[in-house]
Amino acid sequence: MRSQGRTLFAKLWDSHVVADLGDGTALLHIDRHFLHDLGGSQGLKDIKARGMKPRSPELTFAVPDHTMSTARGRAGTTPAGVSLLQALREETEEAGVRLFDVGTPGQGIVHVVGPELGITLPGCVVVCGDSHTCTQGGVGALAFGIGSTELAHVLATQTLVQRRPKTMRVRFEGAMPVGVAPKDLILHLIGTNGAAGGTGYAIEYAGSTIRAMGVEGRLTICNLSIELGAKMGFVAPDDTTFAYVQGRMLAPKGAAFERAVAAWRELSSDADAEFDREVVINTADVAPQVTWGTSPEQVAAFDAPIPDPADIEDAGKRATVEAALDYMGLRAGDTMAGTRVDWVFIGSCTNSRISDLRDAAAVARGRKVAGHVRAWVVPGSEGVKRAAEEEGLDRVFTEAGFEWREPGCSMCVASNGEIVPPGMRAVSTSNRNFVGRQGPRARTHLASPAMAAAAAIAGMIADARKMGA
Amino acid sequence: MEKFTTLRTAAAPLLQENIDTDTIIPMAKMVGVSVRGSLGQWCLAPLRYLPDGSENPAFVLNRAPYRGAQILLTGPNFGCGSSRETAVWALEEIGIRCVIGSSFGDIFFNNCFQNGVLPVVVDREVVNELAAEVEARQGAATIGVDLEGGVITAPSGKTHPFTVQENRKEALLLGLDEIGQTLRHDAAISAFQARDRLARPWIYEAGEA
Ligand code: SF4
Repeated sequence: MRSQGRTLFAKLWDSHVVADLGDGTALLHIDRHFLHDLGGSQGLKDIKARGMKPRSPELTFAVPDHTMSTARGRAGTTPAGVSLLQALREETEEAGVRLFDVGTPGQGIVHVVGPELGITLPGCVVVCGDSHTCTQGGVGALAFGIGSTELAHVLATQTLVQRRPKTMRVRFEGAMPVGVAPKDLILHLIGTNGAAGGTGYAIEYAGSTIRAMGVEGRLTICNLSIELGAKMGFVAPDDTTFAYVQGRMLAPKGAAFERAVAAWRELSSDADAEFDREVVINTADVAPQVTWGTSPEQVAAFDAPIPDPADIEDAGKRATVEAALDYMGLRAGDTMAGTRVDWVFIGSCTNSRISDLRDAAAVARGRKVAGHVRAWVVPGSEGVKRAAEEEGLDRVFTEAGFEWREPGCSMCVASNGEIVPPGMRAVSTSNRNFVGRQGPRARTHLASPAMAAAAAIAGMIADARKMGA
Repeated sequence: MEKFTTLRTAAAPLLQENIDTDTIIPMAKMVGVSVRGSLGQWCLAPLRYLPDGSENPAFVLNRAPYRGAQILLTGPNFGCGSSRETAVWALEEIGIRCVIGSSFGDIFFNNCFQNGVLPVVVDREVVNELAAEVEARQGAATIGVDLEGGVITAPSGKTHPFTVQENRKEALLLGLDEIGQTLRHDAAISAFQARDRLARPWIYEAGEA
C-alpha cells in the first residue's frame, strides 16, 4: 500500500511538533520570534515578573516600527512611541535579544526586514505579535501572528500551543496581465471568497503565476492571507527563493547554505497530496483592483460599478454594505474610477519593498502629483530606502511631488500621529481599509503601488496601465 | 486567568459582519506602556460614539437593557484583523465574558481563551435566532451559557449545544495558566532543540558559515 502524499503544510507543521497535546492540538517549536515596539517590551516584562528569562534569546529579534515617526530625523514620534522605544531598548538589552534600532541598518517594518535580513528562512516556524506575520510565508516559512499572552508564552518556552488548521491550496494559473500586480491577485481572491473565506485554514499559494513570480510579490500575496481570514499563508520555496535568500545578512553561508538548500528542496507538497479545499484563479481574468468599502472583501476592478445594497437579499449583508458605503461616502452604481482622492500612501508591509517602489516610480516618473493631493512614499526598511536611493527612485518621487520618508509602518496604522485627516479619502497600498484604521473617519481605498501612484498624479482613481504601469 | 464556568446575563446583538479588532479597540487608544485598565471606555468606540464624542443612542450597548450585557451575539468573522489582545481586554473591561458567533478571527479566538473570555461557535441561524428572541423582549431577557455541559439556553428555554476544544475547556474551567502547563514539557523542548540543532544548525547559528 502506498501512503498518501503530504502537503507542504504537513511537512512544516509535523517537523516542529514538540509534543502532541491531543484533540488536534500540538506544542510547536518556534524558530524565529520577532518583537516590535508595540508589545515587545511588555512581553519581556511579563516573563520577568514571573521570574523567567527568554528561553532562546538567540531565536528572538526585535525591531521598532509601529510607533516610530517616519519624518526626517524621526521628528514627531509621540511620547508613547518614545517610551515604547526606550522600553524596547532596555528590555532587549537585559534579555540578550538582538535589536535593529532606528537609524541603523536592518531597521524597518518587522515583516519586511525578517526575510530581507535572512532571519526568516524557508522551513522556519515564525511568530510575532502582529497579524501580518503571515507575510513572511512568502519565503516558504510557516509564519503567523499571535496575541500578547502567546507572545509571553513563546518568550518563556520557545513553543506555542496551536490547533492544527485545515489546508487550502490557492492556485493562480497563467501569465500576469500587463499592469496587474500581485496585490491585485490577492485582493481579487479576497473579493471572490470573502474576508472569512480562509478562516481556519493554512493556505498554500501555488500555480504557474506564483512559480514565475519573484519573492517580493509572493510576500505581498502572503501578507493579505489574514485579510482572507487565514492566519498563515505560504509559498513552497524554490530556486527563486534560494537565490533571494543567498547572501543575506543572517542567512547561512557557504557549506551551511548548501546544506540548508538541500533540506529546503524537500519543502513542497507531494504531487498526490490532498487539501481540504482548493481554489483556482485564472490570472488572466484579474484587472487592477480597488476596494470600495470598509472590509478588504469589498473590492472590485477599479472601473466596475459599486454594488447596490438593494440587490442583496440577506438583511445582515445588506446592512453591512450600506454601512460601508455610508462611511465611504460612495453611491451604489458609481465606479471607483474618477473618484477624487486627497491622500496617497505608498508603504506598509504589503507594498514597501523595492519592486513596489519601482512599480510606483514607473508611473510617477516625469509627472506631477495633483495639486490637491498629499502623497507619501514610506520605504519598508533602511535596506529598501538605501537601494531605492541608489537607483534614484527617491528623486523620481520627490521631483513628482511625493514626500520621501523614513522606514516604518506610518499611515498604515496611524499609531504615530501620521493619519489621514477626518473625512479625507486616501488610496493606500496597505492591507486594511477598516473604519478608522488610517485615522478617525478616514476613508481608505486599498490598491497596488502603481494604482496608488496613478491616483496621486491624476488626483482621482485612474488607470495606471495608461500611465506606464 | 479568571475561570469561566457558567453565565446567565443579558445579551447584546451586534450582528454586523467582519467587525475587526481595530473597531473593537482603535489603535490610537491602545498605544502606550501600560494601557490595560483604560481600554473599556474606548471599546467599540467607532460604533459607540458619534463624531462629536457623545454616545450614539442607536448603538446597542448604549441602550438600557443591553448596557450591562455580559454576552455579545456577533456577526460572522467577529474579531478579524489585527492580533491586538487589547481587543479582548477592552471587551472584558466593559464586562463581556462570552461572545457567541458563527465564526471569529483566528487570533482573536485564541486571545479570548487566554483571558477567561469564552468564544462560542454555533451556526449562523442559531445566532440569529438568539438575537431575535432577545430583541423581541427589547433586551429584557437573559441567555445562559454552561461551559461544562456545552449548552446555551435561550430566553425561551430552548437549548443549543456547542463544543469547545478539550484542553481549552479544561483551562477555562480551572483558570489554568498556559505557560505553567507547557513547562511540564520542559524536557521535551530541550530534547527537540538538541536534535534540531544537529539537523538544522542554520536555525541556531544565524549568519554563520
Ligand atoms: S505596516 Fe501596517 S500592517 Fe504591516 S506591520 Fe506595520 S502596522 Fe501592521
